[in-house]
Amino acid sequence: MAYLIQGETGDWEIVIGLEVHAQVISNAKLFSGAATTFGAEPNDQVSFVDAGFPGMLPVINETCVEQAVRTGLGLKAAINLKSVFARKNYFYADLPQGYQISQYELPVVGEGELLIDLADGSSRAIGIERLHLEQDAGKSIHDMHATKSFIDLNRSGVALMEIVSKPDMRSPEEAGAYLTKLRSILRYLGTCDGNMQEGSMRCDANVSVRPKGSTELRTRCEIKNVNSIRFVQQAIEYEARRHIEVYESGGTINQETRLFDSGRGETRSMRSKEHAHDYRYFPDPDLLPLVVSQDFVDAIKATLPELPDDKKARFMAEYGLNAYDAGVMVAERASADFFEAVAKGRDAKKAANWVMGDFFAAMNSGDYSWEKPPVSAANLGRMIDLIEDGTLSGRLAKDVFQFMVAEGKDPAVIVAEKGLKQVTDTGAIEKAIDEVIAANPDKVAEVQAGKDKLIGWFVGQVMKSTQGKANPGMLNELIVKKLKG
Amino acid sequence: MSLDKAAVRAIAELARIEVADDELDHLAGELTGILTFVEQLAEVDTNGVEPMSSVAAMTLPMRKDAVTDGGYAAAVLANAPDAKEGFFTVPKVVE
Repeated sequence: MAYLIQGETGDWEIVIGLEVHAQVISNAKLFSGAATTFGAEPNDQVSFVDAGFPGMLPVINETCVEQAVRTGLGLKAAINLKSVFARKNYFYADLPQGYQISQYELPVVGEGELLIDLADGSSRAIGIERLHLEQDAGKSIHDMHATKSFIDLNRSGVALMEIVSKPDMRSPEEAGAYLTKLRSILRYLGTCDGNMQEGSMRCDANVSVRPKGSTELRTRCEIKNVNSIRFVQQAIEYEARRHIEVYESGGTINQETRLFDSGRGETRSMRSKEHAHDYRYFPDPDLLPLVVSQDFVDAIKATLPELPDDKKARFMAEYGLNAYDAGVMVAERASADFFEAVAKGRDAKKAANWVMGDFFAAMNSGDYSWEKPPVSAANLGRMIDLIEDGTLSGRLAKDVFQFMVAEGKDPAVIVAEKGLKQVTDTGAIEKAIDEVIAANPDKVAEVQAGKDKLIGWFVGQVMKSTQGKANPGMLNELIVKKLKG
Repeated sequence: MSLDKAAVRAIAELARIEVADDELDHLAGELTGILTFVEQLAEVDTNGVEPMSSVAAMTLPMRKDAVTDGGYAAAVLANAPDAKEGFFTVPKVVE
């Protein structure tokens, strides 16, 4: 179902391309031996190379190249065995060299593809245009002084992968799905931590609109540095509506860079300096062409983990999960591993329900992580075994689960300690029913007069008197037999 | 290729070099001369020749991913005219 915005003159389609800057996971920077860790003292992780001192020469970090190639392979992209670094020239206070070392005509990774998963369960391929390696800039801080901006160069020179999509997305939802999937793949690969809040993954969105049915590409605007997936979607929606209003009132859109103001939910023009986009790219004379061998690429390919799309397909085939459940499970490598540990040799659908239900709820309710889950996969699995062998009803299992979260014990121990074993002895259940019936002759009369709704009330009373331990199926059957029998 | 005054003014601005208006004509002539000289290279037929981005017949040497540098903020800031609290400072730039 195509996403269209209704204007006064007709329906409009949005055309979206995304540029993602992903910080490469590495110990040292792209062209220097300074550290990359977040949160150090200002200018402490800066070498003379990063500070643009005269005569300093860049030497490329092998691991950063490997990470870029690994990411390219994860995006099913062509790897260019020869690529070239270029200087992108611009003048800014946090760019001490006066240029950013980037790649222009020959990037390390060429065209690829990424599969996005949509809410209706369908999937669609979005083209990747390229991926190139480049240096990050330093950080400007504007709120520490009345008339000065403070500059910290710790980030200067850290390796970034700029991942450029083709203009293949047609709705904010698709843009969100693209970012979600890209983030997931980067995290599976271990090439970027995907943390948008800390800025290790940043997104620029290119947005234009066109009348429904048209194939033209109209002038686009670039929305810079939006720091959450939700904001990217809001910014796209706002920007598209702005374009439509301009066109419908007879105006034209100028290509420009805009900022998203998350407080006001709108984009606004950046004060663009004249010539701001005249980057005068040329090959960096300090760096020879980057050449990697096919063996180098093949060796990386051999170590690729199973990626989310393959894992999702396998979960659907092997465990019989539907597309949605499988998608939720594989979003993170750790959640997929956890699920597999629970599901192995058990009813996979039940395992999925427990992981996505009570387990995720517990996970979100406290200070937990995949390294420190509220309940271990082994214990959750054993609890499901107790349901299967009839020791626990689904209802009792929920109680046992809460005790597992609180006490961290084996479910069998909890069942024994708390006496939570399900009652499946017909005699014991009948006795409990008889007591409730004897104590409520008026209600019995009502049921017998045809008020069937009250049967539920009897079930509740018996459950209460047995502390929830009566087997629900047997209880229902016996009560109906006794009351209506 | 010849450059006019406006192009010279733009180039000067990109390079952050202040050029007085009365120098523009003169510089336009000089820069045009340089470009014309270099343009002689276009006479050579380069069809089928791979672009050369370096004169050295070698590829890029690589470095191991190890922290071997940095940790000397004082030295990095030693020549900064107005360092404060470990930062470089510049006239306020806000977009």
